[in-house]
Amino acid sequence: MSPDTVAASGSACGASQELVVIEPRHGWRELGLREVWSHRELLFFFVWRDLKVRYKQTVFGAAWAVIQPVALMLIFTVTVGRLPNVGPAGIPYPLFVFAGLTPWTLFASSLGGASNSLVNGEAVITKVYFPRLLLPFASVGSFILDFFISLGALAVVMVWFGRTPTLEILWLPAFTILALVTALGVGTFLSAVNVKYRDVKYMVPFLLQLWMFGSPVVYASTLIPPSLRTLYALNPMTGVVEGFRWALIGGDRPDDLIFLSAIASVVMLVFALAYFRRVEQTFADVI
Amino acid sequence: MNDVALSATGLAKKYRLGNVASYGRLSESLWNAITDPFGRKHTQDTASDFWALRDISFEVPRGSAVGVIGRNGAGKSTLLKILARITSPTLGRAELRGRVGSLLEVGTGFHPELTGRENVLLSGAILGMRRAEILRKFDEIVAFADIGQFIDVPVKRYSSGMKVRLGFAVAAFLEPEILLIDEVLAVGDGEFQKKCLGKMSEIGKGGRTIIFVAHSMPAILRLCDRAILLDHGKVVVDGPTAQVVRRYLESDLGRIGEWSAPDYETALGDDVAKLKSIRVLPLGGGNPEEIDIRKQIDIEVEYWCKNPGSLRPSTNVHLYNDDGVCVFINNDWNDRKNWPKAVKAGSIVKSTCHIPGNFLAEGRIILTVAVSTFNPLIAHTVERDVVAFQVVDRSEGDGVRGEFTNEWPGVVRPMLDWDVESRPWKK
Repeated sequence: MSPDTVAASGSACGASQELVVIEPRHGWRELGLREVWSHRELLFFFVWRDLKVRYKQTVFGAAWAVIQPVALMLIFTVTVGRLPNVGPAGIPYPLFVFAGLTPWTLFASSLGGASNSLVNGEAVITKVYFPRLLLPFASVGSFILDFFISLGALAVVMVWFGRTPTLEILWLPAFTILALVTALGVGTFLSAVNVKYRDVKYMVPFLLQLWMFGSPVVYASTLIPPSLRTLYALNPMTGVVEGFRWALIGGDRPDDLIFLSAIASVVMLVFALAYFRRVEQTFADVI
Repeated sequence: MNDVALSATGLAKKYRLGNVASYGRLSESLWNAITDPFGRKHTQDTASDFWALRDISFEVPRGSAVGVIGRNGAGKSTLLKILARITSPTLGRAELRGRVGSLLEVGTGFHPELTGRENVLLSGAILGMRRAEILRKFDEIVAFADIGQFIDVPVKRYSSGMKVRLGFAVAAFLEPEILLIDEVLAVGDGEFQKKCLGKMSEIGKGGRTIIFVAHSMPAILRLCDRAILLDHGKVVVDGPTAQVVRRYLESDLGRIGEWSAPDYETALGDDVAKLKSIRVLPLGGGNPEEIDIRKQIDIEVEYWCKNPGSLRPSTNVHLYNDDGVCVFINNDWNDRKNWPKAVKAGSIVKSTCHIPGNFLAEGRIILTVAVSTFNPLIAHTVERDVVAFQVVDRSEGDGVRGEFTNEWPGVVRPMLDWDVESRPWKK
C-alpha cells in the first residue's frame, strides 16, 4: 500500500519533484485526514461556496438559522412541554428545549448536507481530482456559521429567562466539536453509500426525525429507564445534547453519557473514514 | 535526475456493465451489501465485464506534447481519467513526476448561482491553484475572458459562449508541469478557440508536458510532436503525429486517397454494379492527405457492370466532413451526353467527378460511394466511409480567406464571383 502523493525535496532544475503514483488499491488505507489538511485551502473554498449558494436568492438569508430552531422551540413548548416531568425541575422548558435544539440543529443540518454532498458534486467528481473527503467535510463546515447565529439566539433566550452562564460554559466548544465529529462520521459514511444507493436521500430526513426522538432533545435523559441508560448513551447525540445543556444551564454533569457517547462518536468517524477511503476510488465510475 | 514526466506500465481498466449502468437500489442488493460490503466477490471476471483499457504502456519525456487519438469508445477518456486520478486502474501502474493539472471540461466546478468573479476563485481552487496565485492572476484572467462587466453577474445568466470564455480563461492560467487535456478546445467561437490554441502552444513551449486527447486532427498536428492511437482499449501505434494521424484516418475511416475491391467475385454488389475502385486525385498529383485548397480534386470511381437490363444506374459520391455533415451528393448523370451510352452490359464504367479548387472547406472529407438506380430506387452497391482525404488551406492571400488568418467557418469555402463598382455620391 503506497500513499497517493509523495512530495520529495527540491530538484536540480527547479521543477517540483512531486510524484504521483497511480495504482489499483486493495484493502484498507490510511484515513486520508493528512490529505484533507494539505488541501485545507480548497476545503475553505468549498465551505465558502456552500455558504454563498445556500443563502443566494433568499430574503431572510442567514436568519433562517434562527427561524428554524425558534419555531421548533415554540412548537415543542406548546406540545411536548405541557407533558409532566418532560424536563428537569427548575429549568424553563423553552430554554431547556432551545439548548437541546441548538446542537441538534447543527448535527441534523450538517448530516443532511454531508450525505448529499458527493451526489451534488457529481460534476466535479467526474472531472477533476481532489480528496473526495473535502466535500462532506466542507458541507459540515458550512453549517458552523449557522450554529453561531443560533447560539446568539440561545444567548438571548438565556437572558430572557434570567440565566447567566457559569464557568462550565468553557466546555461548550468540546460538545460542539463532538456534535461535528458525529455529523462528520455519519455524514461521510452516508455520502459514500449515497453514491451508489440513492435511497439515502430519502432515508436521511426520516432517520433524523427518529434520531431526534431517540436523543434527549425535547425531553431529559432522566426519562430513560436506568437499565437502558448505557445503550442510550451509545447514541453519540445523547452525550452531545446533555453535555451541551449542562455546560450552559448547569446541573449534574452526565459523565457516563458523555464518556460513552464520545467513544461511540469517534469509533463511528474512524469506521466511516475507513469505509469512505475504501470505496472512494469507484465514485467516479458509479455516481 | 529522471527526465521522464509520465510513465505508464500495463494500465488496464475494467468496467462492470451491469453494475455501472444502473443505480443500485437497497432493496435489490441489501443482502449483497451485508454479506459482501466491499464488493470483494465482484472482483472476479463475469460475462458483463468490459475492458475499456488493456495493457497500456508508454513514457512521456518532460516537456513534450503527446496526443491521444482514437474512435469514440477507444478508451481515450478512460486513460485520461486514470492519469488524472479521477478513476483508478484495475491493473497496472503509472507515475507522474511534477504538479499535475487536468482539464477535462471547460468551467470545472462552476456553480450557476455564483458570479463570474466568485467562480474564477472557486474553479481555480478546484483545478489546483493556490488562493494567492488566483488573486495574483485574477485581473489577467478576467481580461483574457473578455466578458466585461458580466464578471459580477451570476453565471446562470451567461450565454454559453461567455461561460466557455470564463472557464477557459481560468484554465489558461494554470501552471502545472504536466497538463492533461480532453476535448476542451472543441467548444467556443472560432476566434476564441484560436486564442486558446495559441495559449496552449505557449504552454507547450514553456517546458510543460502535455497529454492531449482530441478529435480535431489540425489541433493535434499543431500541438503534438507525438501521438498515440488507441483502438478497443489498446495502443495501436505510438509515434510521430503525422504518421499516427495517417494510420488513424486509414484504420478508422477507410483508406487515404484510394480503395479497390480485391476481385469481381468477392466485391459487394449485384449484377448491375459492383464497385471496383475509388481514387482521389488532386490535379497535377500530390498527397491526398494534404490537398491544397486551391487545387481541383478528381474523384474517379470504377465499377463492373455485368448486366444492367433495363435499369439506368448512376454513380454517386457523398462527401461528409469531420462533423459528419454531408457537404454534397453528386451523380455522374451530369455528363448527360456520355452517361446513357457508357452504362452497358459487360463493361467497366469509369466516372470521374471534378471538384473545383477553392470549393471545399479545410479539413477531412470522408467519401461514401454508391451505384444506384433512382427509379425504381435500388442501391446496387454502397461503400460507406470508404476513402478519406484532407484539404489544407495554405493560401497566401490568394485564397478565399484573403489575408485573414483566423478561423474561417463554413461547410464549404467557395471562391464566388463578385462584382464591385462605385458611383459618385454627393450630399
